[in-house]
Amino acid sequence: RGARLTLSLCPQVSGAAAAGAFPKRVKVVEVGPRDGLQNEKNVVPTPVKINLINMLSETGLQVIEATSFVSPKWVPQMADHTEVMQGINKLPGISYPVLTPNLKGFQAAVAAGAKEVSIFGAASELFTKKNINCSIEESLERFDEVMTAARAASVPVRGYVSCVLGCPYEGKISAAKVAEVSKKMYSMGCYEISLGDTIGVGTPGSMKEMLTAVMKEVPVGALAVHCHDTYGQALANILVALQMGVSVVDASVAGLGGCPYAQGASGNVATEDLVYMLNGLGIHTGVDLQKLMDTGTFICNALSRRTNSKVSQASCRL
Amino acid sequence: QESQASGLPEYIKIVEVGPRDGLQNEKVIVPTDIKIELINRLSKTGLPAVEVTSFVSSKWVPQMADHKEVMRGIERHPGVQYPVLTPNLQGFHSAIAAGATEVSVFGAASESFSKMNINCSVEESIEKFEAVAKSARNMNIPVRGYVSCALGCPYEGNIVPAKVAEVSKRLYSMGCYEISLGDTIGVGTPGSMKRMLEAVMKEIPLSALAVHCHDTYGQALANILTAIQMGVAVVDSSVAGLGGCPYAKGATGNVATEDVIYMLNGLGINTGVNLYAVMEAGNFICTALNKKTNSKVAQASFNTGAIN
Repeated sequence: RGARLTLSLCPQVSGAAAAGAFPKRVKVVEVGPRDGLQNEKNVVPTPVKINLINMLSETGLQVIEATSFVSPKWVPQMADHTEVMQGINKLPGISYPVLTPNLKGFQAAVAAGAKEVSIFGAASELFTKKNINCSIEESLERFDEVMTAARAASVPVRGYVSCVLGCPYEGKISAAKVAEVSKKMYSMGCYEISLGDTIGVGTPGSMKEMLTAVMKEVPVGALAVHCHDTYGQALANILVALQMGVSVVDASVAGLGGCPYAQGASGNVATEDLVYMLNGLGIHTGVDLQKLMDTGTFICNALSRRTNSKVSQASCRL
Repeated sequence: QESQASGLPEYIKIVEVGPRDGLQNEKVIVPTDIKIELINRLSKTGLPAVEVTSFVSSKWVPQMADHKEVMRGIERHPGVQYPVLTPNLQGFHSAIAAGATEVSVFGAASESFSKMNINCSVEESIEKFEAVAKSARNMNIPVRGYVSCALGCPYEGNIVPAKVAEVSKRLYSMGCYEISLGDTIGVGTPGSMKRMLEAVMKEIPLSALAVHCHDTYGQALANILTAIQMGVAVVDSSVAGLGGCPYAKGATGNVATEDVIYMLNGLGINTGVNLYAVMEAGNFICTALNKKTNSKVAQASFNTGAIN
């Protein structure tokens, strides 16, 4: 039985990628230590965060979002951002981006050793107002300061657009608005735009419509998708994005991070489940699924919670 | 219009397997009246087919011991099919006597699985089904054929698509009007789904194919999407994602009907099913089973109090 389960971890790799329908390689951006932990109720001790990131660094992942340089008043979970940044093993070839909501955060991040930062925009005015208490236009002006400083320091900036497939306050979001915000952030100098289905309401239908609009303004090579699995749609949505040429996908180990807008519901898609699918499609990620699952087991034990990864659940031999 | 433009089917028939496949794989034995209530509620959701029960020996499947009572006790809504499983001729006759008007037979693409599950080879099982199919034909009873382990087997591991095509063809040739291809342990991915369907589609017309995906590895919706992109227009699912996986303790099994419908709605594909009504039926059975739903749509909707 053990052999069968191991076999299941490595679904038969095929030539499907070579058939031209999918990218040959996908870059997986691991957001567990930041987006994941930020949305977990229990505050995680600094050594545990550092160990999590170090374990992730051994899995073959090329990008691991380490922490967020926001005020601990707003996000207590990320209060130890400087210690985490300074405490982790930074392996060559791996990028450790951090969130920086403004110039102050940016400067603190660089001082702590950050070599890449991320900024968070949104396609919804109401969401921006509720989240960071200003309009989309004002948020982009704040980011402009960060962009200028980042350019001067040769620090790459990744841009996120939240609520691309729906907003907890506004409901439906127009694809044109997503394209507009994405274009602005790309023009400001973000090397990549991660399109986030923040409340997971998107479906392959709305994903396709949104990407079609955005791809008119931003080259597909600069696009990423950040899907939440709150309605179980994440992998199907990611599949459609891949079919349209997107080759960067965000995910969170063990599916860490609930949804702050739907109590008890899940949030981020689990990296294990994503990698399982990509393996089955013959798409190269460089990620070792077993090591990833072991990392998921570690953090779930530390958080005293069950994994949200179905691959992990299925492979568990309890 | 949206679904047409994308090359997807305009309409997809959902076959609800919760009362049979779902409950069969739940640990708690459900009282007969609860089963009947569940099926009656599902009959009112717009679902075109609800798999009611299984005419197997209660020695093997205690959950389905009340098959006669359930069959006789349910309301039969016009326009809704109520298939039942019949593993052999004896089960078939019993089903007909109890009022069944459609039956299903279960083959497998794996010799080991067939041996372990029903204690005979694939060939021997086909012979039994042929007897059922012959009687069914004489009585104008439609027969649906299932092929288990279409994307992998808990004993054999990888399953070659050609074997799935071969077994499917045997079932179709004996008169099954539809072949439901089951990813029994949920190990399939869009890659293996595509390869398997390509092989089967050489032998069986697309309109006679259905997919029965398990969500044990979280791949079900992505696999279903792949199938419908290839033109498959019949999808099996289970309300509230009832039914765990007997081969991976604690893991999930059937894909949740609510989650499938949510996706199909988002694609502009017509199913005729009222999502909210299915969620309510799911809520009913989960309360009765004292368990949490496996449907993410239900989880998210009941917690926000709103459906997006």
